[in-house]
Amino acid sequence: MNYVEENYDVAVVGAGHAGCEAALAVARMGLSVIIFTVSMDSVALMPCNPSIGGSSKGHLVREVDALGGQMGKAIDKTFIQSKMLNKSKGPAVHSLRAQADKQMYSLEMRRVLQSTDNLTLRQAEVAGILTEEVEGQKVITGLKTVSGAVYHTKAVILCTGTYLNARCLYGDVIEHTGPNGLKAANHLSASLEANGIKLQRFKTGTPARIDRRSMDFSKMTKQYGDERIVPFSFSTDPDSIQKEQVPVYLTYTNEETHRIIRDHLDESPIYAGIIEGTGPRYCPSIEDKVVKFADKDRHQLFIEPEGLYTNEMYIAGMSSSMPESVQYEMYRTVPGLENAKIVRNAYAIEYDCLEPEQLHLTLEFKTIKGLFAGGQFNGSSGYEEAAAQGLMSGINAALSIKGEEPLIIDRSQGYIGVLIDDLVTKENTEPYRMMTSRAEYRLLLRQDNADIRLTPFGYRVGLIHEDTYQALLEKNRLIETEINRINRVHLGANKKVNDILKEFDSAPLDTGITLADLMKRPELNYDMLSVFDENRPILPENVREQVNIQVKYSGYIERQQKQVEKFKKLEKKTIPSGINYDNIPSLRIEARQKLSKFRPASIGQASRISGVSPADISVLLVYLEGYGG
Amino acid sequence: MINLFEDTIAAISTGVTNAGIGIVRISGDSSIAIADKIFRSKVSLKDARSHMVYYGHIYDNEDIVDEVLVTVFRAPRSYTREDVVEISSHGGSFVLNSILKLVYKNGARPAEPGEFTKRAFLSGRIDLSQAEAVMEIISSDSRRSLDNSQKQLNGILSDTIASIREEILSETAFIEAALDDPEHYDLDDAYNERISSKLQGWLKKLNDLIGTAENGRIIRDGIKTVIAGRPNVGKSSLLNLLAKEERAIVTDVAGTTRDIITEKIRLSDMVLAISDTAGIRESEDKVEAIGVERSLDEIRNAQLVLFVMDITSPLTDEDKSILSDVDISKTIFILNKSDKVADSEAAEDSLPTEYKNNAIIFSAKTGFGVDKLVEKIHDMYYSFDVDNDVDIFITNDRHVHLLKASYQSLSNVDKSIKQGITADFFTIDLMDAYTSLGLILGIEVEDDLVDKIFSEFCMGK
Repeated sequence: MNYVEENYDVAVVGAGHAGCEAALAVARMGLSVIIFTVSMDSVALMPCNPSIGGSSKGHLVREVDALGGQMGKAIDKTFIQSKMLNKSKGPAVHSLRAQADKQMYSLEMRRVLQSTDNLTLRQAEVAGILTEEVEGQKVITGLKTVSGAVYHTKAVILCTGTYLNARCLYGDVIEHTGPNGLKAANHLSASLEANGIKLQRFKTGTPARIDRRSMDFSKMTKQYGDERIVPFSFSTDPDSIQKEQVPVYLTYTNEETHRIIRDHLDESPIYAGIIEGTGPRYCPSIEDKVVKFADKDRHQLFIEPEGLYTNEMYIAGMSSSMPESVQYEMYRTVPGLENAKIVRNAYAIEYDCLEPEQLHLTLEFKTIKGLFAGGQFNGSSGYEEAAAQGLMSGINAALSIKGEEPLIIDRSQGYIGVLIDDLVTKENTEPYRMMTSRAEYRLLLRQDNADIRLTPFGYRVGLIHEDTYQALLEKNRLIETEINRINRVHLGANKKVNDILKEFDSAPLDTGITLADLMKRPELNYDMLSVFDENRPILPENVREQVNIQVKYSGYIERQQKQVEKFKKLEKKTIPSGINYDNIPSLRIEARQKLSKFRPASIGQASRISGVSPADISVLLVYLEGYGG
Repeated sequence: MINLFEDTIAAISTGVTNAGIGIVRISGDSSIAIADKIFRSKVSLKDARSHMVYYGHIYDNEDIVDEVLVTVFRAPRSYTREDVVEISSHGGSFVLNSILKLVYKNGARPAEPGEFTKRAFLSGRIDLSQAEAVMEIISSDSRRSLDNSQKQLNGILSDTIASIREEILSETAFIEAALDDPEHYDLDDAYNERISSKLQGWLKKLNDLIGTAENGRIIRDGIKTVIAGRPNVGKSSLLNLLAKEERAIVTDVAGTTRDIITEKIRLSDMVLAISDTAGIRESEDKVEAIGVERSLDEIRNAQLVLFVMDITSPLTDEDKSILSDVDISKTIFILNKSDKVADSEAAEDSLPTEYKNNAIIFSAKTGFGVDKLVEKIHDMYYSFDVDNDVDIFITNDRHVHLLKASYQSLSNVDKSIKQGITADFFTIDLMDAYTSLGLILGIEVEDDLVDKIFSEFCMGK
């Protein structure tokens, strides 16, 4: 029988946000890569909310960019509104969020894929992976599509998102499709399971899209973006992206909405028990919110445009899987939506995904060499989470083929590290969403310093250009020099100084003080103090920002760094891969089982596995130190 | 039951003292076989019943080393959950060491400090906090200290700390939730007021606990005591009297900057740690003076000064010169040699009034006044024993250190609030406090904690 046969270094399955980053990273690192999509129209599709970033997710986009990924650059070109969130709070929780023109975003990403050397974009459904046994170790050799074509590769990256055995549901309607009515991938799961991979079933959902002409915006609150737009990408010139922005609209549900939902709860496939998958706690459907927050008489809804060339408006905060008629009923109780005309129904989607403890921190399977996985397939939710994992799986697949050291970002280096460590270490029973509270060392992992933290890694693996890296080194040098300088500038407690402080609503000085110490007052900042600082050099905005944050919050930053030092000590204590936990009688049975299942690489990782207690960790520490280890 | 360790360990498990009885402890798979090679009795130890005492002799080839009692503890019903043999000998340290060497020669290896307890811990017999308390019990010298160690073991301290820790966690969780879900959780000024008032409560509780540490140290380490006075007033007689009345325990106090020998003397339920006693020990003829210069530091650092005077001679200039360096409030004036005068009351009356309140008419020769002395010291240093059933004294230096660290962290939060810093910063210090408190409870892991705990053990425990 004749069939197509081709050779690539790497094949990526799925061209969503994870797959695109994975394929681009591999190609940019000089290897050949083919990326498969079930439809050329679904490349970098945003099937849910029309936005990129937001609390902690904005950090991920920044980090992806700092490492040499594409998402930040793509959204900088296609946003229609941009806002830095949480500006009234500390810099650690400032987070960038942009409304995207969905179509344009998708087209932009497709353009980049198709103009990247070494990268082949192919519409085809992958039917199975190909493996062989080499010296007792299962190794990936390529994959096969439903047409019978065989692609020989050294690595395969699974970024199947929500497409595996997907079905969409609302009321009693079940459609066996992927998101947006796209073709589901119905063959690959069986091949994965035949290779010993354990899958589970997750669900997520999306709200209805409503025709903007049927809405009454006078009953809602208009919200605009920032006056001065901050780009996502460190490589985007801020001046180049200042533009006219579109507003979003704020409105609320009410008791009537909630009553309708409660009355029809048994018609929702989740509450009727039709959906087996577990939904995300942190991105709940309106049904879940009404049940969970029974005492709340209203919930926020943001009405967001899906793009400049469509009338569709996304009803953020009101995803649902109610029957079509109930959807009409409940949306129409919302002020401004009384005459709503639905363009697309809200629906829940259920899909196969991985039990991610089967992965190393490199996102390579523990049992199959050369097989990697990234994105929603790993049990996460969100475009940004997907992109971050896609990038890391691409980088590590390429590094592995090149025979180089893997790249693992740890929890103290990036939200990416927190995300991946959480996924592969913690028992995850619902789609994992990034949140600021998941990052222990938040104050160090700010969105403003992602380049300082991660660009050196991007440079090491070959995704960051020499010029960019040199510019970063120069930026670091300027920051350090300026911080040293303002620590040496002294201000006397004289009338002139105190008069100016009075204008700033700041208490007068009793004694002399350094500029650096004065800056630590909450009401003051680096730029304001230029009046006292005759010899201040002219510095770029991004340098001034770092000087301000690093000096102003130095006490907190130092304390957090101490926490990181402690954390690193436990991370450095590695656990031999051959350890037999059944030989340690003082471990509790549950701990023995969990440790055997997750096989953590370090004491630190072991300590984060649920069901492994600190007492168990103490036992491990004593055991490893000289005995049996 | 799987055996964790292939080797068998042994050590002298009683302190290195000249006490009558000492024990050589052997633990591990071959402990019974090893003991059988050197122990001769009517019964072979391999047939011995667990937890029964057997009489016999230790032999070095054909030479009797000592007459001993041997107990076999069969796994898992032993301290380490391994087979354990304990050989009790009446010999002094020389004989004990000879027995130990024989045990080594026959296949055991020397146990590292704390290794028996480490094995007990690894076999699941005890947990980390129990191990830590075991250490305290072993090194405690007075009944009260023992009580306190056991109380810590039983969790009164744990309960207090755990409840503060729980509250810290719940506030941290609220702040974190508000950061991720501002729609449903609000960090407004009212919140700052709420956490502020909670903070004051936590700070007070921690401060109270830290405050007990000073008393805790007295319980554990004894009252730092110096016996002072000019030559020939009876300083060494006093020491000998106290030491004879109660058994003297000699300990090396390691870790002090100078290698001071401290003699611990138990008095009723108290312990006096009498330092720098070498000079006092010497016979009085040879004593020049107490060496005011040399022991000035001792006197200053002491918690209690026993100032010995000769009741037959009035306050001399020499007495006065020594007293000029002494804090009167921590001094007891011992009017010694009362057996030599008819009217000791009159002698007492001749003392300056500021001394009189703390003076005791005493005779080191007859023991007159010892009861009074005990009562006096008790009043001065052990008056905190009201409510002893509920009170707890922090005696563990690691605990004190961690309590102070968490106090500092919570003070940082307090400072942040007062400075108007936003709540997302609080969590850094809240989590530090939470971690420090967790380390006390042994429910947070620190990489070197385990070493710290086990290395503080004496050899053989």
